[in-house]
Amino acid sequence: MFKWLEKNLPKIVMAPAVGLIGWFVYGFVLWTLYISFTNSKILPKYELWGFGQYEKLWASRKWLISVDNLLVFTALFLIFCIVIGIILAIFLDQKIRAEGVLRTIYLYPMALSFIVTGTAWKWILNPTLGIQKMFIDWGFENFTFDWLVNREMAIYTIVIAGVWQSAGFVMALFLAGLRSVEDEIVKAAKIDGAGLFTVYWKILLPMMRPVFFTSFVILVHISIKSYDLIVALTQGGPGISTTMPALFMTQAAFHKSQVGLSAASAMMMFMAVAAVIIPYLYSELRRENAR
Amino acid sequence: MQDNLQSFSYKKLEQKSKYTNMFLRWFLYFVLILFASYFIFPLYVMVVTSLKTMEEIRQGTLLTWPSSLNFDSWLVAWGGRGYGAGDTFLRPYFWNSIKMVVPAVFFSTFIGAMTGYVLTKWRFKGDQWVFLFLLFGCFIPFQAILLPMARTLGTLGISNSVVGLVLVHTVYGIPFTTLFFRNYYISVPTELVKAARIDGAGFFKIFFKILLPISAPIIVVTVIWQFTQIWNDFLFGSTFSFGEAAPIQVALNNMVLSSTSIKEYNVDMASAIIAGIPTLIVYVLAGKYFIRGLTSGAVKG
Repeated sequence: MFKWLEKNLPKIVMAPAVGLIGWFVYGFVLWTLYISFTNSKILPKYELWGFGQYEKLWASRKWLISVDNLLVFTALFLIFCIVIGIILAIFLDQKIRAEGVLRTIYLYPMALSFIVTGTAWKWILNPTLGIQKMFIDWGFENFTFDWLVNREMAIYTIVIAGVWQSAGFVMALFLAGLRSVEDEIVKAAKIDGAGLFTVYWKILLPMMRPVFFTSFVILVHISIKSYDLIVALTQGGPGISTTMPALFMTQAAFHKSQVGLSAASAMMMFMAVAAVIIPYLYSELRRENAR
Repeated sequence: MQDNLQSFSYKKLEQKSKYTNMFLRWFLYFVLILFASYFIFPLYVMVVTSLKTMEEIRQGTLLTWPSSLNFDSWLVAWGGRGYGAGDTFLRPYFWNSIKMVVPAVFFSTFIGAMTGYVLTKWRFKGDQWVFLFLLFGCFIPFQAILLPMARTLGTLGISNSVVGLVLVHTVYGIPFTTLFFRNYYISVPTELVKAARIDGAGFFKIFFKILLPISAPIIVVTVIWQFTQIWNDFLFGSTFSFGEAAPIQVALNNMVLSSTSIKEYNVDMASAIIAGIPTLIVYVLAGKYFIRGLTSGAVKG
């Protein structure tokens, strides 16, 4: 008995973690999946109902707006974060004085919660007392900046705040990538007469393919899950113009008693994340095994 | 003669490239500082606004420097105005967050260290799959577990309590902490463990005598990561708690959204700073470890 215990001790130590994750992650996802096939309203019901919730979901105007917003947000968020991140990384890589200070400044938003930064941005973008007033006081009397309360433009305020929060992160990833390249490669290219621009554009950036891939996966992941920032900045408004899937899900589940529908929306989010993550995990593991 | 000419043109060329270089250098710094001001701008506005009176806010612009260092809004944000009902302030919620963060960080870090240790030093058949099984937990969108979690907390009788949030954050932190420790311990030579095993050292003795003493860096990384994640969480906090048990991010959001009285932007900003300052301090003091957690928590994930 004691021998058996000793022999299996490692597995016994592993058991709580595996059990907790098995129950709270896999079990819960399966439960949500099951509920998405039932006609649950306030309380979960367990008779199967087929794909009714999914049909309802994709017929819902609010859900379609959510998905639309998510696509717009993800595209802009990706482009701006990656472009700004690369520019900052390359510029910082030029033996800059005070690099440490600049890096700290670019990255500090990552240490703050979206609620904190959302509160700050909401104040900055305030249509009466914020940026608009600043420009008017500076003499631009006809300057208007009402994106926060403008149905058409409000989604872009979320992009502004989101990019501000996450661009430094992309910078850190690329800077680490650039620093891991052997100096010899750059030196050799320079001896061959390549200018700095050519060195980056033709040699270094193509070598950063894995970093691009990683940034892409992380940013898409952040954007699909984005919830806090929208709550802090617009609460999905004006109207429902800035609603997103994560917001749709919690509202359906906890305010509107549409448990089945919210489970269906959660599963759609789950599948979107899985579509990005599974190829990523697969390639990462293959790389690790090849090493 | 020709020699002369050539050296002359070289010189000219060199001079020219020196000027373009200098120009490029200035351009470089200009762009970097421009971005730095974009990043610092919201923090500056937050601090400055929190120090102004409402009168000053209405008269000046976002950038105007306050006329005096006035910490009144900070005191109101932290301790309220003292008129009883309807007076919301952050102090109790700040303590809620502390009571939630400390045990959740401790438990998730401890469990992660143990699983990371087993997965690298006591390998068994299929351990790769177990790792993958845990790793996937890093990526699930939490919306897919909110509904059953709410029910489970209700059944356990710990919904709307700090204990419930400790459980939630511990569980969903395990994939990350496991990842950190596993990737760290994998580079520790297994020979060390094998030799100790031959000497008769057991499972726990090896962990506490050999691995734990060299784990300081990864413990710091993990603790900082978990602390930042849990302190900044809003989704779990707002879904599983309300009223008195809410953590600080939820309280901050409620305070800012409440429309009971005239908007006081200075108090809003002071509240936001109070809610953000613990993680900001950690970031400034231990930025190196913060970044390491950020890149390995994401890159290797």
